[in-house]
Amino acid sequence: MVALRHRLADRGIDRQLLLLVPATVFVAALFIYPFCYGLGLSLQPAQGGPLGAYREFFADAYQRDTIMTTLRIALPAALLNVLASVPIAYRMRGRFRGKRLLTTVLVVPITLGTVLTAEGLLNFLGPAGWVNRALTGIGFIDSPVTLVHNYWGVFLSLVITGFPFAFLLVLSYLSGIDPSLEKAGATLGAGWAQRFFRITLPLLAPGLATTFCLTFVLAFSVFPSAILVGDPSGTTRVISIAAYEAAYVRYDYAGGSAAALIMGLVELIVIAVVLGLRSLLYTGTTSGGKG
Amino acid sequence: MTQGQPAARPGTAGGAAWRQLRLEQVTRRFGSSDALADLDLTIERGEFIALLGPSGCGKSTALNCLAGLLPLSRGSIWRDDTRLDTLPAERRGFGMVFQNYALFPHMSVRGNVAFGLKMQRRPRAEVARRTDEAIRLVRLEEHAGKLPGQLSGGQQQRVAIARAVVLEPSLVLMDEPLSNLDAMLRLEMRTEIRRLHQSLGLTTVYVTHDQEEALSMSDRLVVLRNGRVQQIGTPEQVHTQPANRHVAGFMGYRNILPMRAVAGNVVEGDGLRLTGTAVGTVSSGDSVEVAIRPEDVHLGHGIPVTVGVVEYQGREVAAEVHTAGGVRLHLRTGKGLRPGDQAEVALDPDRLLIFPIVPEDA
Repeated sequence: MVALRHRLADRGIDRQLLLLVPATVFVAALFIYPFCYGLGLSLQPAQGGPLGAYREFFADAYQRDTIMTTLRIALPAALLNVLASVPIAYRMRGRFRGKRLLTTVLVVPITLGTVLTAEGLLNFLGPAGWVNRALTGIGFIDSPVTLVHNYWGVFLSLVITGFPFAFLLVLSYLSGIDPSLEKAGATLGAGWAQRFFRITLPLLAPGLATTFCLTFVLAFSVFPSAILVGDPSGTTRVISIAAYEAAYVRYDYAGGSAAALIMGLVELIVIAVVLGLRSLLYTGTTSGGKG
Repeated sequence: MTQGQPAARPGTAGGAAWRQLRLEQVTRRFGSSDALADLDLTIERGEFIALLGPSGCGKSTALNCLAGLLPLSRGSIWRDDTRLDTLPAERRGFGMVFQNYALFPHMSVRGNVAFGLKMQRRPRAEVARRTDEAIRLVRLEEHAGKLPGQLSGGQQQRVAIARAVVLEPSLVLMDEPLSNLDAMLRLEMRTEIRRLHQSLGLTTVYVTHDQEEALSMSDRLVVLRNGRVQQIGTPEQVHTQPANRHVAGFMGYRNILPMRAVAGNVVEGDGLRLTGTAVGTVSSGDSVEVAIRPEDVHLGHGIPVTVGVVEYQGREVAAEVHTAGGVRLHLRTGKGLRPGDQAEVALDPDRLLIFPIVPEDA
């Protein structure tokens, strides 16, 4: 008599997977249900038929432009986070004294939260902040440069909070690349630049694409710093502000939900494009043979 | 396939005619301990050298120092009058075959083999011709377009070898290249590496912990222990005249017994009196260790023993026997022995080596 477990396994049923049921229910209750609820709300505007809220969003330049405004902040911030992580993580991939301390310092901003970061930025970069006082003090500039309450304030805030994520991800992707591959490259006559661009980078690129997607999503949903260190009625009027205003200033729940869904859709489009490009890359193993 | 020495090619470090490579007092320290201490070695062009020793003996350290992947703590490396240890790995012109092969997983077999030629900015036609030649040499023509992940271990190994030899390096370094293969493939690849060495005349340094591999492949062996050279010699020298008891133990002298010398070549202990051949100066009263291979312990008139464990090994059996004084001896014989049998054994005096106990050995 074959045990029930084996007979089920033959049909691809693993009863231990039942342990995932609570987690699945949890996700369904806290993500799928609100999502469907929001979708339903967005399709029931006070006027204009089921797609009225969407039509309204795209008809009003003040709403529509928030998409581009957000992309203009989120895409460069995500790109910078990924690009800045690569050389730093590359230098830190080996073992060296003080690695843990340095990693901690680089990762600390994750724990700060956006509000604390924003407060720090206001003090540090504001008109009477250290940076401007130092720059005017050494005579580099005559009058303080505006680094907060505009695009750059939000951008910097996103870099500060997004970089640690990107760095940790890139570091783990890099650590997964067999170090003997670069050694082999060296014995074959490749200098450091050739080793990096021809061996490490091609193996790292899929990881960079994934990292970009994750930091982009974080940056795209920017809300607190867009208000605190940005210019929330002008250059940093991001899409989440549009959704917030619709829902809680105008009490237009359909409009707010529509803005939120459009936001998700734009994110999905960007991710789809990046992952589409990623699939063109080599995505197999990053080890050089049998271990 | 060309016979003899690789042709001189301008621009490659390895191409120019040279006579010998010299390692002078090459030392590598990790923290406060010497992983490799004062390695002096002269490698003639075309030689096949095996670095042999147990794990942690410094043989891989020596190889990495040679390759330029580890900086030296002291000493120097010369090719004739050119100092090499100050050059980075990419400018030494050595080829290396890694223990895990280290094939570039995102490049085809052809891409892997062509990589070094492309780094040298060779004309495209030459890259294609030499790449094809090297792939043919290791008999992988049908697999040239595949990625390393699609190949078996033996095939990956051959790609790694082709990638290293396609540049006709002045020196090929091999770091236990066969240790990840199964027993049968290992024998096959051993012959293949030796065949490549003979046909291309490539100077080779081969690291292994397998004494049989080292004996069968190399022209000369360097036996290392705790980062220090124990003996340098031909396979025959090391096999028949081990310099000390550590080399002897590593070379299959399974019976090593502590005894006391009563004359230059006679020793006593545990109720035995044996005649042998002294290695080094042994005077009466010295503590010594005697070593003899199981195959040099014969059944015949001599010491009465009781048979303990018997292992069947095909033509022969390996047996562990005990003397009345409690000495354990390993022997090999074609005769059938059973546990508990009484027998007598004779030890060949020419093959019984007597080593003085040197304090630093301890």
